Amino acid sequence: MIKFLGQRIFQMILVLFFVSIVVYSLIIIIPGDAATAVVGADASEEQLMIVREQLGLNEPVFVRYVKWVGNMLKGDFGRSMTTNHRVTTLVSIRFPITMQLTLCGMVLAVSIGIPLGIIAAKKNNSFTDMVLRAITSLGMSLPNFWLGLLLILFFSLKLGWFAPSGLIPIKQSFFGWMSTMILPALTIGTRFTAVVLRQTRSALLEVLRSDYIRTAKAKGLKDIKIIRSHALKNSLIPVVTVIGLQTGRLFGGAVITETIFHLPGMGSLIATAVSQRDYVVVQSGIMIVAITVLLINFIVDVLYAILDPRIRFK
Amino acid sequence: MDNDKKTSADSNRSLKRFLRNKFNLIGGIIILLFLLISIFAPVISPHPPNQVNLKMSLQPPSKTNFFGTDSLGRDVFSRIIHGCSASLIVGLGSVGFSLVVGSFLGVIAGYFKGSIGIVIMRFMDALWSFPSIILALGIAASIGPGIKNIIIAIGITFIPGFARVIYSQVLIVREEVYIKAIKSLGTKTSRLIFWHVLPNSITPVIVYSSLMAAQAVIAEAGLSFLGIGVIPPRAAWGNMLRDGYIYLGVAPWVSLFPGAAIFLLVLAFNFVGDGLRDVLDVRMTQ
Repeated sequence: MIKFLGQRIFQMILVLFFVSIVVYSLIIIIPGDAATAVVGADASEEQLMIVREQLGLNEPVFVRYVKWVGNMLKGDFGRSMTTNHRVTTLVSIRFPITMQLTLCGMVLAVSIGIPLGIIAAKKNNSFTDMVLRAITSLGMSLPNFWLGLLLILFFSLKLGWFAPSGLIPIKQSFFGWMSTMILPALTIGTRFTAVVLRQTRSALLEVLRSDYIRTAKAKGLKDIKIIRSHALKNSLIPVVTVIGLQTGRLFGGAVITETIFHLPGMGSLIATAVSQRDYVVVQSGIMIVAITVLLINFIVDVLYAILDPRIRFK
Repeated sequence: MDNDKKTSADSNRSLKRFLRNKFNLIGGIIILLFLLISIFAPVISPHPPNQVNLKMSLQPPSKTNFFGTDSLGRDVFSRIIHGCSASLIVGLGSVGFSLVVGSFLGVIAGYFKGSIGIVIMRFMDALWSFPSIILALGIAASIGPGIKNIIIAIGITFIPGFARVIYSQVLIVREEVYIKAIKSLGTKTSRLIFWHVLPNSITPVIVYSSLMAAQAVIAEAGLSFLGIGVIPPRAAWGNMLRDGYIYLGVAPWVSLFPGAAIFLLVLAFNFVGDGLRDVLDVRMTQ
């Protein structure tokens, strides 16, 4: 296990190195002078100088990159070019909100996707299975921004059940928080639910076709007992992987959901920074999201190795 | 000659199997319909897409404006018809871009393996670790909005997927006896890779392309929704959704119809992708 962990950590550091190059390149690929792109063509030379200093454009690319990475390793992700707040301060406020949204989406997907996936597999090729497959296809194709608008239109504007935007902090009122989080969670979690449902169905179907399940049936065990005691545990391993990997993607993909519902999370931080051409926040924000996604994937890999010893010895 | 006949018979059988599934057929027809709409947009659109008429602002659907009008009095139906080309161009363009670059990198990494393979694939892992919308957002923010740039931004985020698909396939194909036989004849490495290894590794990429086209349509609409996609006043479904979002309470049609169009196109690409997977996936065929 220690060897596996060591290899996985080394891989992660290597990938992080490449990630930092990609993120740093975002400033380099700005066409022409990046400072002019930030303050506009009619800016004074003095303004340009300040921005060049902020973006560190006065030094060679390699030196800038090394300094940037060095600062990040010390926990300094720079300051916002528009508000002058430390990026770490901004992130510390917004990160938990995106995390809450991601976890809510995940809980929704697991609590609905897995049971429905089991039903679909159990009733394979029946009418119920067909309906569930059709719902899965629809869920996978629904763009979350459109789904968000539909939910606001129906549940907020027509029925008045939930607030269309904003967030009540969980510390202030749990039920208030729930009422503001439910529509964003549905928006972000619907596609995820469809993915989990599909994965559970196909994984369970594959296990149900295996020899040991046939033996269990031959022993005269009831279908429910076979699924609960034998099939489900084995089929859940790929489902857990998908859930883990999708959670990482969900965290990053929160940008549109947060924009629609005006949730002050990481996604809306980056989206606002993009519209304000605040490249420091864009760069650092994307780097932090990528690190988070990598960490989540790492944890999933380790959990996977604990669940399935074959992975460790590959 | 016999081989040609066999291949042609295989293709016919695959096509028949593909068309037998109603969902595939529906998906194919919807994509074809959207293609025709985008080609003949100027002919079939009842109004000019950018014609502003403030007196007609936020009018509900009627006989003259089938899907109502937006805040500037522009006909939503006509704008959806004209916006179709933007979605299709970005969808197909970004898939084409990532298919070419991703396949090239994947085939090189898979064929040579060793340090070249490790560097390429670790770099792909790095790109893969970004949630695509966030990376596309960052790239689009740097190189600016516009259709060409959006194709590049979305295309870059799709490269690792294509590279991985082709890489895993090349690892199998390069060990095949016929490839070793061609190699022993002294064929140039570049010819061997691009004439023999790549064509024999391409089938899973076809399936993947269709599924990614659906993702590209969503990504384009998402970026346009965030304001860094297609530049207004050019009609694009994401832009229209964004414009209508503010008026959701009073004029829901402004954003609902473009959203439905995105949904329909994405669904169609997904149907076709799933259908192609069923037909072309060797394991499933067996």
